[in-house]
Amino acid sequence: MKTKLTLAALLASSTLAGAAMADVTLTIESWRNDDLTLWQDKIIPAFEAANPGIKVKFTPSAPAEYNAVLNSKLEAGSAGDLITCRPFDASLALYEAGHLADLSGLDAMSNFSDVAKSAWQTDDGSASFCVPMASVIHGFIYNKDAFAELGIDVPTTEAEFFAALEAIKADGTYIPMAMGTNDQWEAATMGYNNIGPNYWKGEEGRLALIAGEQKLTDEAWVAPYATLAKWGAYLGDGYEAQTYPDSQNLFTLGRAAIYPAGSWEISGFNAQADFEMGAFKPPVQNAGDTCYISDHTDIGIGMNAKTENAEAAQTFLAWVASPEFASIFGNALPGFFPLSNTPVEMTDPLAAEFVSWRGECESTIRSTYQILSRGTPNLENETWGASVAAIKGTASPEELGQKLQDGLASWYAPHQ
Amino acid sequence: MQKPRIRWHIAVFLAPAVLVYSAIMIFPLFNTLRLALYSKVDQERIFVGLQNFKTLFMDPIWSEQFWNALGNNFWFFIIHMLVQNPIGIALAAILSHPRLRFAALYRSAIFIPTILSFVIVGFAWKLILSPIWGIAPSMLDAVGLKSLFAPWLGKEEYALTTLALISVWQFVGIPMMLIYAALLSIPEEILEAGEIDGITGASAFWKIKLPLILPSIGIISILTFVGNFNAFDLIYAAQGALAGPDFSTDILGTFMYRTFFGFQLQLGDPHMGSAIAGAMFAIILVGVCIYLWGIQTRMRRYQL
Repeated sequence: MKTKLTLAALLASSTLAGAAMADVTLTIESWRNDDLTLWQDKIIPAFEAANPGIKVKFTPSAPAEYNAVLNSKLEAGSAGDLITCRPFDASLALYEAGHLADLSGLDAMSNFSDVAKSAWQTDDGSASFCVPMASVIHGFIYNKDAFAELGIDVPTTEAEFFAALEAIKADGTYIPMAMGTNDQWEAATMGYNNIGPNYWKGEEGRLALIAGEQKLTDEAWVAPYATLAKWGAYLGDGYEAQTYPDSQNLFTLGRAAIYPAGSWEISGFNAQADFEMGAFKPPVQNAGDTCYISDHTDIGIGMNAKTENAEAAQTFLAWVASPEFASIFGNALPGFFPLSNTPVEMTDPLAAEFVSWRGECESTIRSTYQILSRGTPNLENETWGASVAAIKGTASPEELGQKLQDGLASWYAPHQ
Repeated sequence: MQKPRIRWHIAVFLAPAVLVYSAIMIFPLFNTLRLALYSKVDQERIFVGLQNFKTLFMDPIWSEQFWNALGNNFWFFIIHMLVQNPIGIALAAILSHPRLRFAALYRSAIFIPTILSFVIVGFAWKLILSPIWGIAPSMLDAVGLKSLFAPWLGKEEYALTTLALISVWQFVGIPMMLIYAALLSIPEEILEAGEIDGITGASAFWKIKLPLILPSIGIISILTFVGNFNAFDLIYAAQGALAGPDFSTDILGTFMYRTFFGFQLQLGDPHMGSAIAGAMFAIILVGVCIYLWGIQTRMRRYQL
């Protein structure tokens, strides 16, 4: 009787295990719906070939809705096994609520520098909950043909930058710069946080702001708004109602000469534009100044703490941390630069241009992302509105700085 | 004296509707109101009483957003009352004119936008009004009025009115249909009797038809009120959750969404979100009560 039972149990467990081995399907939650084909055609097949028995499904949602959708799914217990992580507090909150598993024990985490991991760690650095995947670099993409036609050199200082804009505007063939303020975030992300690091000296200013040693009313934090205020004249008619896709299309159709960019645009632009593109980094104030770039940790991937396929999910995460993934990802998605310690050779010239700045300039991340957007009002969202107001000229840079500082000081102790 | 029978069939026939309505309307409503009395501190949900409402109305950061959204909401409603309903009534009056040709065609054409999705309406109008690809600037250019064009959806001073008018365009079919039905139900004899007394044409409309359709206008007003104070979709589809530019199109619905579910780096706060939802519920409740007791009971009804 006893043997029979054991036998049955063995049988049952082996069939169960067999079924599990054959049937493990991992679902990935992501906001990168632009990358759907890339995952389906390149990344997932490469992983499945190396790991038979594990199937992967990439199920992205719209970027603007991702956080809300993901939070609801996690609360309801219907989220996928792997979660693409937004940097900093959004993911930290998920970890603290017990939705993301602690990955500190994963061997492959040693492939990343502390800076790379910082976006997905607890404040004291004791636990890491997402494997860093990629960063994006800010700068300006320009239409090389247009620059050649008008005889404009690539600007390196701010004076040259505005001289170039003025020359394009005077000629009239092209809209000098393609950016709108309708969706608001471009003004902050591609405006303020693009040119800003040169003013507040990258990490130095950012960390001082977090420590409370600098204020948003300081010259270094207000000056970028004064510069943005000068952009308005070069953005083309009706920029107030111009959306983000409008700007992308204006540039790729060849109607605008300069596009304030994040490197994530590269693959889309390569597919759309039929002219040659180049990139230049945010102009410095005086020739020879140290340059600072925003090299922003943008995507990580973590594991749903309640997944039933923890083992398979960890296999996938270890693979994501490997140089093999970095190479596939970095080259398939030019503009998303892998964060792993092994450098990846970029084949795309535009992406290579962007990543080369890492050698020339000091890297930093967006000023509002770490810690400072924890309270209400939310500093990042406030910065969107402030950058738009600066460009439209509806408020003076000093007023904007004061408003942001008041908002931050209302909840953030080091500023009180 | 016979004991009155318990009439089981009433309970049986009411049960399905009562159960479904309770499960998907009453319970969530009260649960939302209950949620507004809690707050999350260190992953722990604790009862805080009316603290969330105090924050919403007293804290300068929250109250400024709330009053801004409420004010915008009233403006949204006023535009509907001043534009949508008069136009709806006028269209219905024209459509019910016996000598109008193609009445059925106009009726359908005007009603069709009502059945379109908000997303389509928002997107289509964004394209129409786009300063870059839109047909609005080129149409104005064709008649020499290009100078009148502005990127309306991107300007603080025009955006909300523009969106309200888009919503009017979408929903003008509803008051039109309701009034049209009311107008058709007016018996011919009354109008003929009026004619004999010398009341014809426009004065027949003002003196006979309008008093008879007043109850329908009342219903339309209250439907507009409830619809506008629950509105969210069009603003979200056209301007996003931040209801730009600079919160000039923020109404209670978008404010609630942003707070409840979070936005970009701002994390969702279901408790504050519920407090806003509670405030919306109270506003609508008060509005409907004023209508029911203040207006409807005093309205004169005519036996037709």
